[in-house]
Amino acid sequence: MPVRLVYFAWIRERIGKRDEELALPASVVTVGDLIAHLATLGEDYAAAFEVPKVIRAAIDEELVEHDEPIAGAREIGLFPPMTGG
Amino acid sequence: MAIITTRVQSQDFDAAAEYEALRAGTPGAGALVSFTGLCRDEGGRLSALELEHYPGMAEKALERIARAAAARFGLLGLAVVHRHGVIPAGGNIVLVIAAAGHRKAAFEAASFVMDHLKTDAPFWKKEHGAEGEGAWVEARRSDDAERDQWNDAGS
Repeated sequence: MPVRLVYFAWIRERIGKRDEELALPASVVTVGDLIAHLATLGEDYAAAFEVPKVIRAAIDEELVEHDEPIAGAREIGLFPPMTGG
Repeated sequence: MAIITTRVQSQDFDAAAEYEALRAGTPGAGALVSFTGLCRDEGGRLSALELEHYPGMAEKALERIARAAAARFGLLGLAVVHRHGVIPAGGNIVLVIAAAGHRKAAFEAASFVMDHLKTDAPFWKKEHGAEGEGAWVEARRSDDAERDQWNDAGS
């Protein structure tokens, strides 16, 4: 099942796209696995995800931790720490 | 039941009009606290901030934070408006107005909402200066500490 990924702020800029649909290997189980997998997809992705621990993630618009399983996710958002307010 | 209004919008807001609307809707209120967050010019270095947001998730986050604040502080009313897009120096970014029976709840609720917006609402700020687009504003560790002091594990 392909999943829709959406990127924000400097992650979006480094990858050079706002969103994409990706088919993921079965070995990608958690958000942390996804970030590690994305970092292997080329120089731009490696630059975006070079420090995995700073990346925040949301599954279907709800914030999640890196150990969250992604099974059943329709949309996964990946972004830097938020700076609202 | 508290009257809760939350909005994410690119257009400016009228803080005075929002204040009067909440005041008119909460006749039992003994205290109204209004907070407006502005775009600093950083000593002339900044011409604007560009606020990116996650459409859909941003609205949900504002509503969740507002509901948590209304329940925790027993508010009569709460309005939260957060802008996105390019906001010039001196412009409005965010508005929080809390109406409560007494002042302590209103002050604390406004502070609670702001501390949670800083860390839990999906907005990102990019600086625009005299030489065009600059750096993304980095999250501050003190923002997390201020959110965590509420001991609610997010909201």
